Amino acid sequence: MKIAIQRIKWTNIFLNILIWGFAVLWISPFIGIFMTSVLPYREVILYGWLRIPFDISLSNYITVLTDPLYDLAKGYKNSLIVASIGTIIPMFLAALTAYGFTYFNFTLKTLLFGLILFMLTVPQQLVVIPLFKLYIDIEKTFGIQLIDSLIGISLLHSAWGISWLIFFFKNYFSLIPKSITDAAKVDGASDLTIFFRIILPIAIPGVIAGSLIQFTWVWNDLFYALIFLISPDKYVITREVLNIKGQYHVDWGLLSAGSIIAMTLPLVIYILFNKYFIKGVVGWGVKA
Amino acid sequence: MKSDVRKNLIFFIPTFSFLALFVIYPIIYTFILSFESENVYTSNNYYKVLSESNPLLMLIAKNIGPSPPWGALLHNIVWVLIHAPVTIILSLVIAYIIKYYNIKGSSLIKALLFLGMVIPPVIAGFIIRFMFDENIGIIPKIMKLLSLDIILGIPELSKTWMNYPSLALFSLILGSIWLWLGFSITIISAGMEAIPKSHIEIAKVFGASPFKILFKVIVPELKPVILTVFILTILWDLKLFDIVYASTGGGPGGSSTVLALIMYQYFIHASRYGGYGMSATVAVILTLITLFPALIYIYRSLKRS
Repeated sequence: MKIAIQRIKWTNIFLNILIWGFAVLWISPFIGIFMTSVLPYREVILYGWLRIPFDISLSNYITVLTDPLYDLAKGYKNSLIVASIGTIIPMFLAALTAYGFTYFNFTLKTLLFGLILFMLTVPQQLVVIPLFKLYIDIEKTFGIQLIDSLIGISLLHSAWGISWLIFFFKNYFSLIPKSITDAAKVDGASDLTIFFRIILPIAIPGVIAGSLIQFTWVWNDLFYALIFLISPDKYVITREVLNIKGQYHVDWGLLSAGSIIAMTLPLVIYILFNKYFIKGVVGWGVKA
Repeated sequence: MKSDVRKNLIFFIPTFSFLALFVIYPIIYTFILSFESENVYTSNNYYKVLSESNPLLMLIAKNIGPSPPWGALLHNIVWVLIHAPVTIILSLVIAYIIKYYNIKGSSLIKALLFLGMVIPPVIAGFIIRFMFDENIGIIPKIMKLLSLDIILGIPELSKTWMNYPSLALFSLILGSIWLWLGFSITIISAGMEAIPKSHIEIAKVFGASPFKILFKVIVPELKPVILTVFILTILWDLKLFDIVYASTGGGPGGSSTVLALIMYQYFIHASRYGGYGMSATVAVILTLITLFPALIYIYRSLKRS
């Protein structure tokens, strides 16, 4: 019996070491990128990045943030604008429609919701050509510039995010007890009132989780940015970092610094709101 | 209490008009465009795109050699065939150990493994390239340390993988395992939480080995969750664009291209010289392939709600 207990203990210790070793190995590329960004590249090649950094240098960061050739500071600002607009619009519309799907019964409901689910699985590649043409036509006819415009790309992200947010909010709202809305109905409240006064306040954790994930998605997107942003002063951060990687030669010092800058905001959001984030992901299904 | 939907169209009209313009209309129009070439509507585009033999644009290679390029469509399929099973088995084993072997700091481990899902895929592409770089990457270093390049007779293993057609695609597939694993573990762990502990206790009383418990008790109960992860992994693999574009650009010599990248290449060509038909065709082919897993996903989601 004693031997058995000891064996279990040793297995546990072994598995603890194994799993932790695995986890450290798994995040080692992040450590590598970080070290490469603060160490002189020659030293990284000579001695590797796995060591205590005595001579930290921020020169790579200063270069990618301020050198007009890269100018990540501007990309950062553009990304903030696009991701904010691309979160607020679809959040509002999706919450409204998810309420409709949760509380109303009508003939086409299943069909419409199936359509939403279909949009959620479709690749971005399927929509960009007509949207590109549409934006050109709008500019020709009305003189409104939407290609190479932050508003233009924010609208595309808004539309693209709606379908998964409806799915997400519908799941969320269906967990709210029906008795709450029924009581308000008896008191004669309209559905719009119930939505704004009762459901939205209850659903605030859901609104936070949904916003964070949608914001991160828009921030992380590259495909729309490649197609719809043309002049460098409109580039968002994901498009901007591509310029750091040359065609043939890679300056890993600069590229690492640029990568750290581009991924910091999503990482900070994830670390601060970890619970919301994981809950959102588990409950969501997937888009993108 | 019933609500009258006709008095509450405000809940639907703005959203669906927005979606109609920015999603539904473009989907239909792309489908039509895929048949258009110089203002004539035929199925020529499909024939041309599928029989293209330039390695930078081809979808299916005519002669399939021992190493890529095999064509973007086949690369996507190879990707799924390797990535999906490896991901699911790894996540099952890790989630199982974390849950049943008293691992310290288990939620921190899960949070760390999830990091890859949070960062921009472009950056993930850079990081994957970094991992496989001869001078600074961990994988070629390990290969050299264990002399695997000599033992296996593949000298490229200790070089920058992405410079070699034989390894570029596989470095990306391995990188995608790294990137996506945290997502899969998160979903599978959540599924394991729902299995009553008593089921495992009973199996233990009967002296079942850990492997038997995992594959005979847990896996059968997790079937729906595993299927979900499986479908989502396939969809993710088929739609890959950013990590490939950022790390190899599909090269060298088209040996790591994927469908979404070919669509983009036709698009860029068309935006300069006109004629979006071919680009639309590749987009439709990509969508048709995703349709099978997508329809299962839609059906299951509708049934649940």
